[in-house]
Amino acid sequence: MPSATNVEMPVIDVRHVSTKFGQAVVHEDVSLTIRRGEIFAIAGGNGCGKTTLLREIIGLITPSAGTIRLFGTDSRRLEEGDGHPIHRRFGVMFQNGALFSSFTLAENVAVPLREHTTLSAGLIRDLVAAKIAMVGLPPDSAVKYPNELSGGMRRRAALARAIVMDPELLFLDEPTAGLDPIIAAGFDDLVLSLKSLLGLTVVMVTHDLDSLWRIANRVAVLGLGKVLGIGTMQELSRSDDPVIREYFQGPRGRAASEQAAWNHRRSRA
Amino acid sequence: MEEATISVKDNVIHCRGSWTLPHLSQLERGGRALRWPETSTVLYDVGEVTAMDTGGALILQRCIDGVRRKGQQTALQGLKPEFAELLEMMEGQWAQLERGASVRRSGVIDRVAGALWARRTATIRALAFVGESTIAFGRALMRPRSIRWRTLLRIVELDGLRALPITGLLTFLVGVVIAYQGAEQLRKFGTNIFIVDLVGISLLREIAPLIVAILIAGRSGSAYTAEIGTMKVTEELDAVRTLGISPMNLLVLPRALALVIALPLLTVYADVVGVFGGMLIALGELNVSFAEFIARFEEAVPVRHFLIGLGKAPFFAAIIALVGCYQGFQIRGGVDDVGRHTTISVVQGIFLVIVFDAICSILLNWWDL
Repeated sequence: MPSATNVEMPVIDVRHVSTKFGQAVVHEDVSLTIRRGEIFAIAGGNGCGKTTLLREIIGLITPSAGTIRLFGTDSRRLEEGDGHPIHRRFGVMFQNGALFSSFTLAENVAVPLREHTTLSAGLIRDLVAAKIAMVGLPPDSAVKYPNELSGGMRRRAALARAIVMDPELLFLDEPTAGLDPIIAAGFDDLVLSLKSLLGLTVVMVTHDLDSLWRIANRVAVLGLGKVLGIGTMQELSRSDDPVIREYFQGPRGRAASEQAAWNHRRSRA
Repeated sequence: MEEATISVKDNVIHCRGSWTLPHLSQLERGGRALRWPETSTVLYDVGEVTAMDTGGALILQRCIDGVRRKGQQTALQGLKPEFAELLEMMEGQWAQLERGASVRRSGVIDRVAGALWARRTATIRALAFVGESTIAFGRALMRPRSIRWRTLLRIVELDGLRALPITGLLTFLVGVVIAYQGAEQLRKFGTNIFIVDLVGISLLREIAPLIVAILIAGRSGSAYTAEIGTMKVTEELDAVRTLGISPMNLLVLPRALALVIALPLLTVYADVVGVFGGMLIALGELNVSFAEFIARFEEAVPVRHFLIGLGKAPFFAAIIALVGCYQGFQIRGGVDDVGRHTTISVVQGIFLVIVFDAICSILLNWWDL
């Protein structure tokens, strides 16, 4: 339940995080805060440690130095035992879905409910069906196994599983990578409508310049192991940092920004 | 913690509190225990709902739907705008659910027919695989340079050399067990020296090759299935094919040839260690000294027993490697399929090895060997 103090407190607070794998330095002194109710994107080139940072935030990897607080709790504590209560407050959609291949889609979506609640089987069935419909999957896909689904459907199913507990915080790892432009745009709309309906805070890792322009409230650009810049897309596109400039002012970046400007003008007209 | 309630007062249904996931079962129970008003229009007062998520909206929608189905009208009162949107969306989803409730079901006959058909295709596939690998083997023998010797030697090391400790320990213990059991009986007749015949013939001819084969089926056959299966799941096999490399040459032949080389070697080693186990017990239990044992061994155990045992080993090896690889290629779906086929691979490998051994015994008996 959001109380007065919670609203002030950042949902995620990353402080001076450094990550090293042996000799390889992934992050050096990365700090950022994510506020309640925003769609926060982590962008950057391949191999700049975006996904690693995401995995550190959700407690799958421990950073070499620094602290990460999730709802005010040190994310290192998430590793301890099973079922830290914080786990119920966030959902994660992994890059390739990470659906359990021996379960049907409906069973996959039902897993968190079965494990963490005492709801009746009928209510679980209805809730699962509602979530499957919410992410735009046809009802008959519920009885299919993950290997019978296409990549886009698997992504949606993973999203349904991530939101089935109505979490406050949703993590998306490359939600639109490998999807066709129409489905990718549909996915962006889906995230926006979920955010407005459920009041979600969304943290996503993405390369997709179109979805950065369309849905991200703030973006952090990682590169060279550091946070090169944090801000809205407008702010970042005016940045002087050479890496950010290259990232956003490259041919694709420019096309996406022109498209965004055009959309903006049209929505005003 | 904030509670969530649903109650009836003056034919108005009052919904209060936090209609969110932690309170849903409470609400569900409350709703079921309720005496629903019989008026033509049922009024819901939701003004005191403080929080609502999709689960809460779903419960409310279920209540509304249940009332509507009884032919009554419903009306909502005091719905906060932030919940209205959520409820509206739920209503839309709910309508779809009713229509789309489909379950996969099939009759007994369908299932039996399906199983038989699956068995038929599996048999055909297995035969095709044996044929394919035989052809590949023949081709490789014609052009020995095409064999991947490096991989082959690595597999000999992994599945042969590294298996020495466990193979040795097991056959040593089996030798001990056989000698113990025999010693008991032989002592009764005072024919202690026959322990040599018992241990020597049974181990060399049957038990050592069989134990080694069973061990390797569990150790290497399963690994082949899991390796190839994982490659299939991760599309590595498809990559191999599109690069113009035959998976047969890359994966199956080196494994099969490596086992065909390693298994006879392991069998000889197992023979030695197993007989040594028997010798120790013969000394301890029956006072047959090492010298007596070895002297007797030369005259009582003809070399053909050793050769028969050794001769079966390459066939066992081929069976294990082919079953292991074949099951790996059969993996279709995801990760759980890898586990299932690995199990099948071990069970089938051991089964076929024992069947082959039985056939050998019968045939050799006919030919008086």
